[in-house]
Amino acid sequence: MKTAKRVLLVVAIFAIGIYCGKLFFGRGSDIPAPVPTYFSESAQPGDSVGVGAGTVTGKIIEVKNGSSIQEAVGKANPGDLIRIYPGVYHETVYIDKDNISLQGVIVNGEWPTLDGEKKQNDAILYSGNGVLVENLKITNYKGNGIMGQAGNNYVIRNNWIVDTGVYGIFPQFGKNGLVERNILTGIEDAAIYIGMCDNVDVRFNEVYGNVAGIEIENSRHALVEYNYAHDNTGGILAFLTPGLPIKTCYDVIIRNNYVYHNNTKNFGAVGSTVSHIPKGTGMLIMAADDITIENNIVTGNDNAGITITDYGYAGVDHASDPESEPNSDRITLLDNFMSNNGADPVADVKTIMMTKLSKLGPDIIAVGGGVGSCVINPGRYRTFGLDAYANCQARDTRSVKTYLLNKPVTPRITASMEKGRMTYYGVCSGCHAYSTRLVGPPVNTIQAMYKNNAQGIVDFIAHPVHKRDDYPEMPPQNYLTTETRKAVAEYMLSITK
Amino acid sequence: MRIQLFITVVCVVVTLEVVLRSAPANGPALCNTCPPGFELTDANLCKLRSLYQQYESGQGDDPGVGGLKTALPAVRDGFTPQQIDLGRYLFFDPVLSGDGTVSCATCHQPAKGFSDGLKTSVGLHNTKLKRAAPSLWNVAFYKKFFWDARATSLEEQMTGPLYSADEMGTTREQLLKTLNGIAPYRDMFEEAFPDRASGAIRLDEIYTAITAFESSLISLNSRYDQYAHGYPEALNKAEIEGLNIFRSFVARCAECHTPPLFTNQQVAVIGLAPPEGSAFDPGAQETFHDASLRGAFKVPSLRNIDRTAPYTHAGRFDSLREMMTFYSAGRGHEAPRNEKLHIHWHIWEPKLTDYEMDRLVDFVKTLTDESFMPRAPETVPSGLAIDKNTDQKTQASLSPTTH
Repeated sequence: MKTAKRVLLVVAIFAIGIYCGKLFFGRGSDIPAPVPTYFSESAQPGDSVGVGAGTVTGKIIEVKNGSSIQEAVGKANPGDLIRIYPGVYHETVYIDKDNISLQGVIVNGEWPTLDGEKKQNDAILYSGNGVLVENLKITNYKGNGIMGQAGNNYVIRNNWIVDTGVYGIFPQFGKNGLVERNILTGIEDAAIYIGMCDNVDVRFNEVYGNVAGIEIENSRHALVEYNYAHDNTGGILAFLTPGLPIKTCYDVIIRNNYVYHNNTKNFGAVGSTVSHIPKGTGMLIMAADDITIENNIVTGNDNAGITITDYGYAGVDHASDPESEPNSDRITLLDNFMSNNGADPVADVKTIMMTKLSKLGPDIIAVGGGVGSCVINPGRYRTFGLDAYANCQARDTRSVKTYLLNKPVTPRITASMEKGRMTYYGVCSGCHAYSTRLVGPPVNTIQAMYKNNAQGIVDFIAHPVHKRDDYPEMPPQNYLTTETRKAVAEYMLSITK
Repeated sequence: MRIQLFITVVCVVVTLEVVLRSAPANGPALCNTCPPGFELTDANLCKLRSLYQQYESGQGDDPGVGGLKTALPAVRDGFTPQQIDLGRYLFFDPVLSGDGTVSCATCHQPAKGFSDGLKTSVGLHNTKLKRAAPSLWNVAFYKKFFWDARATSLEEQMTGPLYSADEMGTTREQLLKTLNGIAPYRDMFEEAFPDRASGAIRLDEIYTAITAFESSLISLNSRYDQYAHGYPEALNKAEIEGLNIFRSFVARCAECHTPPLFTNQQVAVIGLAPPEGSAFDPGAQETFHDASLRGAFKVPSLRNIDRTAPYTHAGRFDSLREMMTFYSAGRGHEAPRNEKLHIHWHIWEPKLTDYEMDRLVDFVKTLTDESFMPRAPETVPSGLAIDKNTDQKTQASLSPTTH
């Protein structure tokens, strides 16, 4: 009886173990990726719905101190989660696959750390869609902490980034992304730099001791909220930079941020845009349009609380771009708390102050061209250049909860026939025409050989063998996935001209 | 493994047979199938098909710039097979020049990446020209032409060299008179432009046909592209290291040489000194009448860059390695002191190591793909000799290989 009870107990513990295991490591898409309790989020409904990143549908790969994160990325398939345990990793990790999650595991306050030792360029580069990077400490790189190039649906959160060179977090050309709860310092350009992106939320981050805290550049539909930007040269920036392939920067909401004491001496690289930012800049809007600034606390910034300018006044040394409109248009200044700004302004600002016989510098200063801007109750601030600003019709931005999309950006073509068509004409047609010989045999000959046997083509083109003396050996097409080879084989067998 | 493959474009074979069989007065039959890379639609139009068409660009206005799996910019396609093939004859025919010695292919030689291997090109009567001949690969995607971005279409671009006294040295009148005087061309134009009532060859038809041919020069199947589409083994370790340096924010190459075309199609001042003995070239300053663009030039694509030495608008560097050294040596280090230049902010002092520069060279050499190389006609309707430089028999492998 006792033995039976014991067996039962063991079985029960086993079952609970399996249940827990499934709970934590399960494969169902409805089971969230395990998040260390230290950073457990009080996820609100709708939080990152639609970003798609971080949805773990595949396996979990663990990386322990002494092994390589990149090796794990190499082994990972879309949907996999890579968990990185405490330790120091000296490497550049690149992710050229979709739906890969990199998750640090923080144990007793000990962080997994990527350390570039000031020899490596970037810590993490990604181009895939649906990439998630969280819970990593990143330090001592020369270029970037985390840089994305054209990856859509990205999530970058809970990272601690210290002196990673030019930028800390830099998604570029990405649509639909979330950057939240990161802490960044010691960056010589922008700590968080949203470059040529669309639909991004930047929130709950702390940026300090950088040249620029948060910069939204040539991007559209950006929500910057609940960030703490302090002790940078400039706190929060929205720019349209000329000479880039994206020619607009608009629809940016900057709200509920604490922008304090951004009086750090500018240590930007010569020639960089931010090297022109005067220390003491709380917020800077340059040539960007449709910017709404609401409910921020902007205080203790010695040059100016909020500066709104065109290229001309900004003194930026860039070649001009006929396709980039240089003015800041339709700036909406709603309720903000501003105090103690402008204690030690630069000479250009002082000159403007003198026109108003003011000894104190601005909470808000607008210079250069621009139309359609407005401000609510400007009398409470010290302002310069807002004479043409109307009273705002809008009173708040409550209707905007997020700029993330309600579903992930999807690839353009999903039908396998379309993929087959793209591959046939995009690749195969270099050597094969329908009824005539180019380099390889005509397609109608291939059709006769492989009638109802697409799989035969799928196998052959991955590892071709020399079959006929009158034709050169076909180069292997094993770089195409099996799925693509199947699609193109079926397409090839279906065409009639 | 590398295989020597010589593309034998079927149309050429057909053409030759027709030429041999029929009297020269009849034009060679024009090809009725599309060049590689294009699908023939029911409306007899050639539409580009590429694996890149499975991706979304992200940005709504479709600039076609970014990382690996990114859509291409809008393409200039939709010409008929006959127009493309007619353009091929015109492109290689020296009859388009004033004295019958220079064709488009003289400076845009297929075997040299559709450039000419010279520091700056040589025009009529051995006139040394100011700038280097740009490659024509992938021009179907471009919105601006010439190093100084002064033309906005291929049609507009070609009127530059055609009617420049130093380059092809013809006139509109002479061009029309010459082509209308060649019976085979009259037939070929009628075939390529069937909707018009038969009559004289028109200038816009000449421009359209050459544009159609140039737009068919597609190079998007390099080993890099295989990597980009999801086959990591397409590049070796050194080349992947090079890719990571290329796109890193230290070297910043990918900021202007943006995939998938490896150009962001902007103009930029990089602060090159003029070649010895030459005056400083103002570049896009003259196009836009803007002093801040002094010394600005179009960012060239790096596709097939291994074929197009020497490099820069004035052929300043003979090798890719020297080009890397220029970028690494510091912002404005060779800019003339008497020039006030607005050097691009991405030109800084990345202090790349020799090792890193070597890897960059390794990487950009993976951008070679000539699998859709067209074949020069054996003969052209004018009966003039085709420049022997356009012979492609000297060419290396045309096929993308895995290693």
